[in-house]
Amino acid sequence: MASNFSNMTVQGYRRENGRVGVRNHVLILPVDDISNAACEAVANNVKGTLAIPHAYGRLQFGEDLELHFRTMIGTGANPNVAAVVVIGIEPGWTRKIADGIRETGKPVAEFSIEQKGDFETIRAASWAAKEFVHAATEMQREECSISELWISTKCGESDTTTGLGSCPTVGNMYDKLLPEGITGFFGETSEITGAEHICRERAVSKEVGDRWYAMWKAYQDEVIFAHQTDDLSDSQPTKGNIEGGLTTIEEKALGNLEKIGRTSQFIDILDPAEAPRSGAGLYFMDSSSAAAECVTLMAAGGAVIHTFPTGQGNVVGNPIVPVIKITANPRTVRTMGEHVDVDVSGILRREMTIDEAGDALIEMIRRTANGRNTAAEALGHREFSMTKLYRSA
Amino acid sequence: MSEIPHLLVHEAADNVGVVVVEGLTAGTDMLCVVTHDDSSFRLTAKADVPIGHKVALSDLKAGDTAIKYGEDIGRITADVEKGGHVHTHNCKTKRW
Repeated sequence: MASNFSNMTVQGYRRENGRVGVRNHVLILPVDDISNAACEAVANNVKGTLAIPHAYGRLQFGEDLELHFRTMIGTGANPNVAAVVVIGIEPGWTRKIADGIRETGKPVAEFSIEQKGDFETIRAASWAAKEFVHAATEMQREECSISELWISTKCGESDTTTGLGSCPTVGNMYDKLLPEGITGFFGETSEITGAEHICRERAVSKEVGDRWYAMWKAYQDEVIFAHQTDDLSDSQPTKGNIEGGLTTIEEKALGNLEKIGRTSQFIDILDPAEAPRSGAGLYFMDSSSAAAECVTLMAAGGAVIHTFPTGQGNVVGNPIVPVIKITANPRTVRTMGEHVDVDVSGILRREMTIDEAGDALIEMIRRTANGRNTAAEALGHREFSMTKLYRSA
Repeated sequence: MSEIPHLLVHEAADNVGVVVVEGLTAGTDMLCVVTHDDSSFRLTAKADVPIGHKVALSDLKAGDTAIKYGEDIGRITADVEKGGHVHTHNCKTKRW
């Protein structure tokens, strides 16, 4: 059935593997913490590149190492990235990450520091980065269907207005765009606690719901109960949540879950940073509820635009994915307006319906996909925070 | 333009609502709207309640269940009068 959104198009970058991106970054990607300096030097030499330094990548093992590789490869493979220079201390893991990104067909160059030093590595990598910038800046945007976008969501600094306004706005967007064939991500495993009985029922089938519940329960048992020192009341809800009027984790979770709307169902569950493999639809990604970590994981999973409802005013951004901030809290609009892309405070005044707010968000998604920089991009918020599962060797 | 509500309530079954205006003071005759069905009623605020914080829609006793979104959001831990402020000082999760 044709809707108002069936013919909506955006001007995106079509990548070698067919995916559509909305940004055109040339990334300088460190394999490990000790390669950050070389990456930052290359990014300083070659304008139009972006280094994303991080804290990890040495002596990790097992599932934690797999997550490291998946996050690195997924970040480089994201369709918002035109080309990647990978730099690591040694050639083995550097090659593994470079080859993982090469599977998309995009240009990748790899460099390792041992037996060369920073100077020689930076010299060689700068030449490669410069060629990538020339090529990327000649790429043209082309008309793409909105259905080709992969759109993620996670809320932050929530308060009672997020459950009343900004989260239902995102939910309305998913209810309208998922039937058009977009791919969606939601997650925040720990912050579903309190509404797990409802989330389980939002799976497309009992089998998926049961798998979701087992994943959620494992997190409770293996992480929360294994490591808690009190009843979590100091952490969930957070101090910011409580300032905003949220009293219990149940209240917070019920508001959080408004982000998947009234009719949307999730079709599968993803590990952290895992890319969807079951076709278009909504996915639950097992993910941290910390804003920068969650957005980083969903970007590594392939999301090209992130919708971020906030109440008290979380200011997070991401290096490669535009983060669209939505708030219904009039005090946040008044005191932190520079961070807000979509003001839906009219919902609280009953001047705006959820349906109208959803349309306003879709319009902002369209404009953002076409190139409008978000508030977080304009303000330089490039938080890249990798999730680490346990101590290194 | 019609009057702007002071308090929004998710579901008719809820016994708490959310203040959606800044600077609400005790004694305010609040316009309250149930978002699910757009019905409205009036209630007098019994405390200065910050924006985003909750107000009891009826007299609540310690041990009662706080209902929001039509769901259990925790236990009332101290009596609250109708129109009073409901938050961490008188409501707590049943989970921990």
